Amino acid sequence: MSITVSNLSFNYGERPVLDNVNVKAEPGQLLSIIGPNGVGKSTLFHCMLGLLNSYKGQIKINGKDIKGLGVKDMAKLIAYVPQSHYPSFNFSVFDMVLMGTTVQVSAYSTPGKEQTKLVESALERLGIAHLKHRGYTKISGGERQLIIIARALVQQTGVLILDEPTANLDFGNQILVLTQIKYLAKDGYTIVQATHNPEHAFMFSDRVLAIHEGKVLADGTPSNIVTEELMHKLYSVDIDVQSLYKDKVRVCIPKIVIGDK
Amino acid sequence: MDKKRVPYSVIILSLGILLIAAITFSFFLGRYPINPSQLFGILVSRVIHIRQFWTDQMATILFNVRLPRIILACLVGCCLSAAGASYQGIFQNPMAAPDILGATAGAAFGAALAILQNQNHLVITLYAFCFSLLTVTVVYFISRKAQGKQVLGLVLAGIMVGSLFSAGTSYIKLVADSNNQLPAITYWLMGSLSGATTQTVTIVLLPMALGLIPLFLLRWRINVLTLGDDEARTMGINSTRLRIIVIMCATLVTAASVSVTGMIGWVGLVIPHLSRRLVGNNYKHLMPATMLFGAIFLLLVDDVSRNLLQTEIPLGILTAFIGAPFFIYLITRKEETY
Repeated sequence: MSITVSNLSFNYGERPVLDNVNVKAEPGQLLSIIGPNGVGKSTLFHCMLGLLNSYKGQIKINGKDIKGLGVKDMAKLIAYVPQSHYPSFNFSVFDMVLMGTTVQVSAYSTPGKEQTKLVESALERLGIAHLKHRGYTKISGGERQLIIIARALVQQTGVLILDEPTANLDFGNQILVLTQIKYLAKDGYTIVQATHNPEHAFMFSDRVLAIHEGKVLADGTPSNIVTEELMHKLYSVDIDVQSLYKDKVRVCIPKIVIGDK
Repeated sequence: MDKKRVPYSVIILSLGILLIAAITFSFFLGRYPINPSQLFGILVSRVIHIRQFWTDQMATILFNVRLPRIILACLVGCCLSAAGASYQGIFQNPMAAPDILGATAGAAFGAALAILQNQNHLVITLYAFCFSLLTVTVVYFISRKAQGKQVLGLVLAGIMVGSLFSAGTSYIKLVADSNNQLPAITYWLMGSLSGATTQTVTIVLLPMALGLIPLFLLRWRINVLTLGDDEARTMGINSTRLRIIVIMCATLVTAASVSVTGMIGWVGLVIPHLSRRLVGNNYKHLMPATMLFGAIFLLLVDDVSRNLLQTEIPLGILTAFIGAPFFIYLITRKEETY
C-alpha cells in the first residue's frame, strides 16, 4: 500500500503549521522525515492517521482518499507507533500487543485464537517472543518500542507511521530498533518515520524528506539530503558532513567542535 | 522476572464458590435463628410442596428481610467495584473512584432534599438517583467547555460541582428539623442497607443491569482506552464515543447504588485494586473478577454491620474503617503494583 499526501496545509487557529506539503511513500520503502522540533512533523502524522481532519489538500492510501473515513476503516489501512511510553497500567507484553487486533473483533467481544496466533508470530518476527509474559512497564525502553511495533504489525495494515521510534533509547537499542524497522520495509511495508538523527536517516532510509517551518525543504535520496548545505539550513548550526566507508555512512559534526578548517 | 500468577479460571471459580458460600452463610445470620434444615425446607417448599416444619415468621424473615438485603448487598458491591474499575480505566488513573464525577455528592443532595420535604423512602431513592445523574450531566457539559486536556477538565469539573452539591447538602442539614429530619439525613449519609426490601431491589435492578451489562461486554475495549485517546483511535476505537458510553454506564450503576444505600465509600477504589493484584490489569479478566469480589466484600461487610452490635453499624462507616487503613497499606508497600 502506498500513501500519498498532496498539497497538505494545516492551521492551528490562525497559525499555519503545514504549508503545501507533499509526501509520497511506496511499499518496500523506509521514508524518514527530518527537521527540528515544532516544524509540524507530528501534525503531519496526525493528519495522515486521520486524527486531524480539518486540513486542506488530499491524503490517499492506495489511491483512496481517507478524508471522512471512520476510525475503524482507518485502523485497517494505517498503523501508528508512538514514542516508547509508560502507560498508566502495567499490562503484560502479550496483552499490549493483542490490543492491536481490536479492530478485527466486534465491539462486544474479545480477541480470540486467531488473534493470539498473530501476536505470537509478530513477537517471533521481532525476536522478542521471550518477553511475552513480562510486564510492559518492567522491560527496557528498546523492548517497549519493539512491542509497540509488534502491536502495529498485528493490526495488519500496509502502512506504518513511527513517531521518533528511537527517542529516549540508548545507542544499542536505537540501532536494534532501526534495524528491525529496516527489515520490515524490505518485507514490503510502507514505512514513514520521524527522526531527530540525520546520521540514522542516512544509514537506514531509502528516502529522506526534510521539513522546515511547515514546508518541504527537500525530498530525495539520503545522499542528496544529508549534505552540509541542507543540514545548515535545517538546524541553523554549521555542520561538517563527512562521508565514510565509501559513503555508506555520513557523520554530522558541529563545526564549533572542530573549529573552522 | 515478573511473578507467576494463579490461572485466571481458578481465581474466577474460587470467587464464584466464595460468593455462593457467603450468600448461604448470610442467610443464617440475624437476630432470629434459622438452622440449615429449616432454610433448606423453606427454599424447597417454594418449588415442591412439603410438610412445613418451620414457622411462618421464619419464611417471612427469609424472603422479605434477609433475601432482599443479601441481593442488594451483592448488587451494590458489584456495581460500585465495576464502576470504580471502569472510571480508573477511562481516566487512565488508578486512583479514580465512583464519586469522582460528583455522582455521590449529587445523590446525597437529592436524598437530603427529599428527606427535608418529608418524602417516603421510594421518593428519596428517586430523588437521589435523579440528582446523581443530573450532577454528572452538568459535570460533563462543563468539561466540554473547559480548555485544555479533556480528562483533566472532567475530573476538575467533577470536584467543583461535587463540592457545590456538598455545600447544598450542608445547607439542607442546617435548615432541617433537628428532631427527625437531621438524624435521617445524617444516617442516610453514613450509608446502610437496612432499607432493603423486595421493592427496592426491583427498582434498582433495571438501571443496574443496563449499566453492568455494557461494562462487562465492552471490557476489552476499556484496555485500549487506557492508552490514551489518540492511540486508541489509531487502533480503530472511537474513543470519544466509547468514553461517553462507559461514563454513562458507570454513573448509572453508581447512582442506582447510592440511591438505595446512601454513601458507601472506598469499595470502588479498594476492590478494583485487590482485583488487579489477583488477575492483572487486563479488563477482560479484571472486570468479572472485580464484580464478583465486590459482591462478596460488601455482603460480608454488611453481615458485620447488622450482626456485630445490638444496633446496626452504618455500612459507610465500616467500609471506611476497612478501606482507609488498607489503602494506606497499599500505597506504602514497597512492591510496585501497577
